Amino acid sequence: MIFQSVLFYLFSGVLLLAALGVVFFRNPVHSIMCLVLAFFQSAMLWMLIEAEFLAIVLVLVYVGAVMVLFLFVVMMLDVNLEIARRGLVRYAPLAAIIAVLMAAQLVQVIWLKGQESGLDGAFTPYPEGYNNTEALGAVLYTEYVYAFEIAAVVLLLAIVAAISLTMRKRPGLKVQNIAKQVAVRAKDRVRIVKMDAEKRS
Amino acid sequence: MMDFFLASWESLPPNVQYLTTVMFKIVIVTIGVILTVAFSTYFERKVIGGMQSRVGPNRVGPLGLGQPFADVIKLLIKEIVVPSASNRFLFIIAPILTLVPALAAWAVIPLNDSFVIADINAGLLYVLALTSVGVYGVILAGWATNSKYAFLGAMRSAAQIVAYEIAMGFALVGVLMASGSLNIGEIVRAQEGGVANWFIVWLFPLFLVYWISGVAETNRAPFDVAEGESEIVAGFHVEYSGVAFALFFLAEYANMVLISALTAIFFLGGWASPFEGWTFLAGTPLEFLMAGSFFWLAAKICLFMYTFFWMRATFPRYRYDQIMRLGWKVFIPVTIVWIAVEAVFAWLKIGPWSGLGG
Repeated sequence: MIFQSVLFYLFSGVLLLAALGVVFFRNPVHSIMCLVLAFFQSAMLWMLIEAEFLAIVLVLVYVGAVMVLFLFVVMMLDVNLEIARRGLVRYAPLAAIIAVLMAAQLVQVIWLKGQESGLDGAFTPYPEGYNNTEALGAVLYTEYVYAFEIAAVVLLLAIVAAISLTMRKRPGLKVQNIAKQVAVRAKDRVRIVKMDAEKRS
Repeated sequence: MMDFFLASWESLPPNVQYLTTVMFKIVIVTIGVILTVAFSTYFERKVIGGMQSRVGPNRVGPLGLGQPFADVIKLLIKEIVVPSASNRFLFIIAPILTLVPALAAWAVIPLNDSFVIADINAGLLYVLALTSVGVYGVILAGWATNSKYAFLGAMRSAAQIVAYEIAMGFALVGVLMASGSLNIGEIVRAQEGGVANWFIVWLFPLFLVYWISGVAETNRAPFDVAEGESEIVAGFHVEYSGVAFALFFLAEYANMVLISALTAIFFLGGWASPFEGWTFLAGTPLEFLMAGSFFWLAAKICLFMYTFFWMRATFPRYRYDQIMRLGWKVFIPVTIVWIAVEAVFAWLKIGPWSGLGG
């Protein structure tokens, strides 16, 4: 149990440092790498409470796909940090208010609600043979199947919307028909002619 | 002497025993992977040499078998040049970020019926997650180098890997539907009972998709646009030299071995023997062929490694837009259709996954 606690504080500490790094690093690529580290640490925290499906999916989806695209975009942008920092003083009070509000809500949810319902911080390990993935699937596809499918439809809608926003047909644009190019066979392009050698006249 | 060691081993607390065993297993697997990588470079040059009517390496040691070690020593004693305009920290850390996931994924790969470092429930997801993390090294290397060629290589690689990961993941959805488990050992056990039960028979389209996506994922020919010697010199590792380059090289080959092992496990029955169930062999000297063992897995890995080299010697490099078309417009529809077919099969209770419908 002590080992688990040590790991918990280690992961949480690194998580907080990484989150601070996201905000305070000047180089946006460094910020993104800190965010990746933060995701990894929260995945580890989930792993500690035996929620391995959530932990691995967090790494798979956020680290493996979303953050790669973030990195992709940020590396291409030439972010001008001077302009980005100019509003720091002006927006600081607003940011502070939002931060305090969020902190208050978190305290309300975690601490006060936890005391009401008698939750304590201790984590009781699941019995051996518990499979987080199976447990999640069992409720996701039975009890919450409508919510799950509605979420899927909303995501599909987002994909269609994003594609239709970026698709534009320019007149006079020349594009290659790859399917046609791939389907080409040698005999369509080359004609081999057989002829006898001719005598020099 | 032996008793003394056994006694002192027994006297250790169980945690320490566990830790020692795991460490020992990790060392065995890591050294095994690194040696496989070393000799697959030799194997590759011999195979491609043979295909191009050349001899291949034949100077260092008998049959040129010392060649990998000569290469390693050469790379170790070369200087690492860090470009002055590069981002030094990321430049150094990028090769490590490529290599670590390639080695860490071996933690859940079972080498035979009992040997696996971590027998976890969500092994398949773990493998998917780690193979998707490997792209960071390539992207960061390309960016930190601060060179146009390297940056182009990184961009190409990022787009390609993100595109092919989806097809790869979908192909694995088919595998887990057929086996009914995310545990890799269970997936292999679901294929027991001879070649007819291997998933390659029932999931042949998914096998093709997975294997070709795997080749694309490792940036090997004919999908090696991230390196593209003739176009962008060497892509993301154009400025790397010495050990830093060796790490990229090691990671690429470790990934190839990993993809070969995964394809063998998911579709060719892992450690299972192809002669399983040939009862007429029982009692003959050939009986040992029927038992599943690590050697069958190794043979299957060798087969796929050979296919990697064969493809490299045979096909010209794909054009970039054709790679994107193949990934998005061919593979993803194929996998979705086959998953639907599988669902229908499961519903009608045909095939190995007939117990799935519940």
